[in-house]
Amino acid sequence: MTLVRHELKQGKTSFLIWAASIGFLLAICIFLFPEMKEQMHSVNEVFASMGSFSEAFGMDRLNFGTLIGFYAVECGNILGLGGAFYASLCAVGILSKEEKNKTAEFLLTHPVSRIRIITEKLIALLIQITAMNVLLYVISVGSIAAVGETVPWKEIHLLHLAYYLLQIELAGICFGISALLRKGSAGAGLGIAAMMYFLNLIANIADVAEFLKYITPFGYCEGANIVSNGRLDGGMAAVGAVIGIGGILIAYLKYTRKDIR
Amino acid sequence: MEIIKTTKLTKYYVKARGIIDLDLTVTQGEFFGFIGPNGAGKSTTIRTLLGLIAPTRGRAMIFGKDVTKEKESILQDIGYLPSEALFYSGMKVKDVLKLSADLRKKDCTAESKLLCERLQLDTARKIDDLSFGNRKKVAIVCALQHRPKLLVLDEPTGGLDPLMQKEFFDILRERNKEGATLLLSSHVLSEIQHNCTRAAIIRDGRIIACNSVDVLSQTSAKRVTVQGVVDLGQLRGMRDRKEMKGSVSFLYSGDMGSLLRTLSSGQIDDLTVTEPDLEEVFLHYYGKDGETV
Repeated sequence: MTLVRHELKQGKTSFLIWAASIGFLLAICIFLFPEMKEQMHSVNEVFASMGSFSEAFGMDRLNFGTLIGFYAVECGNILGLGGAFYASLCAVGILSKEEKNKTAEFLLTHPVSRIRIITEKLIALLIQITAMNVLLYVISVGSIAAVGETVPWKEIHLLHLAYYLLQIELAGICFGISALLRKGSAGAGLGIAAMMYFLNLIANIADVAEFLKYITPFGYCEGANIVSNGRLDGGMAAVGAVIGIGGILIAYLKYTRKDIR
Repeated sequence: MEIIKTTKLTKYYVKARGIIDLDLTVTQGEFFGFIGPNGAGKSTTIRTLLGLIAPTRGRAMIFGKDVTKEKESILQDIGYLPSEALFYSGMKVKDVLKLSADLRKKDCTAESKLLCERLQLDTARKIDDLSFGNRKKVAIVCALQHRPKLLVLDEPTGGLDPLMQKEFFDILRERNKEGATLLLSSHVLSEIQHNCTRAAIIRDGRIIACNSVDVLSQTSAKRVTVQGVVDLGQLRGMRDRKEMKGSVSFLYSGDMGSLLRTLSSGQIDDLTVTEPDLEEVFLHYYGKDGETV
C-alpha cells in the first residue's frame, strides 16, 4: 500500500482546497435558508414560473419553502458540480500525471507491476472521493442542525448517495481516459464533468432529449425526482455503474500495455 | 553467466524507427559501454530492457528471465539511472529515497546514508529546490541504495561537476569489483574508454560494432602528425585532415610504403604515428560513408 499512501500525500493539498471550497459554499447556502424561508412564499411562485429555466433545475416540482426543496436545488447544484469537478480532475490526472511530470520513469522502473500501480491508484482515488463525501455530508447535516431545522434524513441520505455514485461514475470514466493520455489532462476532466451537467439540463428542458438522462450521471441525481419519489432511479444508476466500471476496465487494459515515454 | 541477452530485439514506434534486430550480450561482472549519438536507439534499448516499452519483435532476457514476462522480479535487482532525473514535486529528498526503498520493500537506510555522504547530498532539502546536478545525485542514490546486481546508466554524468563525476565513477568501479554488472550508455567516449571493458556502437537503430574497448580503439588507421613542409597531394587513404601552422595531422589507413615515400620527398622536422583514440574511431564509424574500418 506504499503507493496508496504516496498518492494520498500527493493529493492532500488539492483535497483540502476543494473540501474547504465546496464545504464553505454548502454551509453558506444552508445558513441563508432561514432568512430566505420568510420570503419564499412569494419567491416560490416566481421560481416555479420561469418556464424552461425552472424545468432545467427542477424548480417547478420542488417547494423552495421547505428545507429539502431548497437543499435539493441550491446545495444539490453545489454538491453536484463541485463534487463532479473534484472527482473528474482527481481521476483524469492520476495515471497521466506520471508521464506528464516525467515521473513515470522513476515509478515504473521499480519492481511494481502495472496492475498493482493501477489498483493502488484506484484505491487512493476512491478513498479521496469517499473522504470528500463524508466530510461534505457532515458539514451539511451539521449546518442544517445549526440553523435549527430538522434534518430530513431520508432525502439527505438519498441525495448524498446519488452524488457519491455520480462522482464514482465520473471518476471511473476519467480514470479510463487518464490511461490513454500522456499530457495535459485537467481540461479533459473538467470538460467531461461540465458536459454531463449540461446534458442533464438539456434533458430536463426538452422531452425529446429525455434519453440523455441515461447517459449522464446527473440524471439519477435529479433532486426533484429523488425528493418526490423517495428513491433513486435504479435503471439510470445501473447504466451509470456499467459506464463507470467500463472506464476502469479500459484503464487496466490500456495501461498494462502502454509504451511509456 | 549472461546478465543481458537480446535476440533480434526490434522496436518500431508508430512513425519512427527505434531499434532493429539488436543482438546484445552482457555477461556477469562486465562494465559494458553503449555508445551512440542522440537518437541512435540507446534509450529505446534501455527502455525495452526495463519494460517501459514493449518490443515489436525479438526477445530480451535479463538474469535469464524474459523482460516482458518476469519484469517485477528482474527490476528488483536492477538499479536504473535515467538521463533526466525528475521526481514528485513537493517531496523532500529523504522522502523520495524512502519511497524508492519502500517500492522495493527493502530497508536501505544504511546504504543510502553512506551514498548521500559520499555524494554530499543534503536529504532534508526539497526536490523542487535542487539544481539539475543535485537531482542527479538523488537519482544515483535511488539507483544504488538497494545494491542491485545490474546497474543501467543512461548518460549518467550530465550535470555533475568533475569532482562528483570522479566520485561517482569510483563508486561504480567499487560496485563492479564487488560483482555487479554495469551497462553504461553514453556519448562521452572518454567515459567509456576509461571505465568499460567492452562496448557496442549503435547507429541508426543497429549495432555496427561490438568488441572490447581495446580492440575497438585499435584499427588499421593511425593518427599521423607531421611537422615540416611536405606535399601530400597524391596520397590515398587519408581522412580527417587538419592543417595547422607548419604541421598537418590526418588519419591514415592506406599503404605504409607510399606514406613513407611521400614523406621522404618533403622537409620533415618531426613525425608522430599513434593509435587513434576511441573518439576518432567513433567519428569514423559515424563518417558520412559509414564504411567500417
